[in-house]
Amino acid sequence: MKSRDLAYVALFAAIVAVLGLVPPVPVPGLPVPITAQTLGVMLAGSVLGAKRGGLALLAFLAVVAVGLPVLSGGRGGLGVFVGPTAGYLYSWPIAAFVIGLLTQLFWRRFNLAWALIANMVGGILVIYAIGIPFTALYGDISLWASFTGSFTFIPGDLVKAVAASVVAVAVRRAYPVIELPGRRATAG
Amino acid sequence: MRWGRRPAALEEAPSVERTGIELRDVVHSYGDRTVLTGVSLTLTERRVGVIGANGSGKSTFARLLNGLVLPTEGTVLVDGLDTATRAREVRRRVGFVFQDPDAQIVHPTVAEDLAFGPTNQGVPADEIERRVADVLDRYGLAGHRDHPAHLLSGGQKQLLAIAGVLVMRPERIVFDEPTTLLDLANARRVARVIEELPQDVVVVSHHLELLDGFDRVLVFEDGRVAADGPPAETVPWYTARMG
Amino acid sequence: MQSLYRPGNSLVHRVPAGLKLALLAALGVGLFLTGSLPVVAGAVVLVVAVGLLAARLPWSALLVQVRPVLIWLAVLLAFHVLVTDPRTGAVAVLRLLALLVAAAVVTATTRVTALVAVVERLASPLRVVGVRPARIGLVIAMTLRFIPLVADRAARVREAQAARGASRVGLGIVVPLLVQVLRMAATVGEALDARGADDAPARRRLARAAS
Repeated sequence: MKSRDLAYVALFAAIVAVLGLVPPVPVPGLPVPITAQTLGVMLAGSVLGAKRGGLALLAFLAVVAVGLPVLSGGRGGLGVFVGPTAGYLYSWPIAAFVIGLLTQLFWRRFNLAWALIANMVGGILVIYAIGIPFTALYGDISLWASFTGSFTFIPGDLVKAVAASVVAVAVRRAYPVIELPGRRATAG
Repeated sequence: MRWGRRPAALEEAPSVERTGIELRDVVHSYGDRTVLTGVSLTLTERRVGVIGANGSGKSTFARLLNGLVLPTEGTVLVDGLDTATRAREVRRRVGFVFQDPDAQIVHPTVAEDLAFGPTNQGVPADEIERRVADVLDRYGLAGHRDHPAHLLSGGQKQLLAIAGVLVMRPERIVFDEPTTLLDLANARRVARVIEELPQDVVVVSHHLELLDGFDRVLVFEDGRVAADGPPAETVPWYTARMG
Repeated sequence: MQSLYRPGNSLVHRVPAGLKLALLAALGVGLFLTGSLPVVAGAVVLVVAVGLLAARLPWSALLVQVRPVLIWLAVLLAFHVLVTDPRTGAVAVLRLLALLVAAAVVTATTRVTALVAVVERLASPLRVVGVRPARIGLVIAMTLRFIPLVADRAARVREAQAARGASRVGLGIVVPLLVQVLRMAATVGEALDARGADDAPARRRLARAAS
């Protein structure tokens, strides 16, 4: 990894942290307010790609673990890794990695549709696939109960996937960070 | 990975003579955009200024001098060391101060950031402590030792960025528009700091008064050196040309 | 950015960070292996006592980290009372509460730098796959440095757009902000090289050879 990649990784870890400061936005018609932090997960993957995006979320979790209250709602410290919603946190680095992987795969013909697929698979499917079982485990409830209980958050996540996709396509046009295989991006 | 290399601290500089920085037929391109088109010159003066319009190639020129950017064609030699193959030794000799101090400060607090460079060089902890205390004192930052860097003023941040390079004890320092983002008072303060440095300096700047008393000023235009000489000649030539 | 660390000189503060983390992990595994109500209830009393008496932390230091999940714990308890049985619910909730408080005690009594050092140490086996532990500490430090910077630049982009008559704050600021901070990060990468971030592996090797 080049020094610039380290800076990108730290930058997106910081962006996810700053998004945690954004107060939850109530959206008419949605059961729960939307928090901005998973938008950062999606952006990290779709702007930085698989490896750097995944590492950015690992760095973010490390910052949470060492005691910075940068999780939405001002939470932080080691406690959040055993809480009932901890599984969702575990999923973030993997989600960013998967989003990045799909984004890289689609990079040549990347557009809003491909971006949406990447963000929905990585940013929703992966996150719930990991989050739901851990909620069941930590709460000692059935998988089914955990599964149905998570439904209220799906509409908000869809909104975020669309937002992240729009941003990802615009950033690709303005300042692409992911490089096409075999070709170097123009340096700044 | 560089596990095969010898440890940095044992890497005795093989008694390199200070012969200056030499560019031989240097061409540099980003993709298909060429920003430097065949620059050849030798810098041996104590204070060299670099001026030119935006996009004239002066920023790339500055980055070539310590191996941050490698030439697409041609060679850059620092005291005879090729920046393409001896980048680490070159960077030890040539420090670099960026335009935006925010981009140069990488640790959350002042003292931690100052210790970063010398720690990378393998300088012993007690020596680092001494150097840090010394620059904090010299630049009036002593009271900010454990303060978060983002609470410093713009001028203080640029002083911190310069101090972060000085603690690495380079022989030369390249400045890339060090006063562009500062207000007048802070720009003057930084100019004075640069003036008092014992090191050889190369200063890229739009602030022409910063280059008063320099030994040599290069004017860049369209990726080549359009004028080269003492500031008394080159600066008026440049201002006349800019209209 | 203020961390959740509370300075102090108690025995708990002075226990090495690595040991505290190991004990926390052991407690986690232990609590999930047991289903006994007295054991988990005892664990809650024990960790609260450690926090308040041994570590001499104020109530607020524990509460600030536990409060955000209290609602969730209440929902969990209600769910168990309705669907399974109160006893299972009590065990599940108390188990989580014990762990949350224990983690809060570790976080409040251990400096960020000490925890970062443990993270680096835990990562040192990854050397064989090319991970340089020192870089983990560097990335964490840079993240802490960037948080106020990104917040600051976001505020500036928002102001600039408001000045040009943008009434709505939304996605419109995200793209220019991202481009701006990505550019800055690219320069940070150059600055890392200029300040010798590349030299680090050689130094590590030397340190190891000397020990």
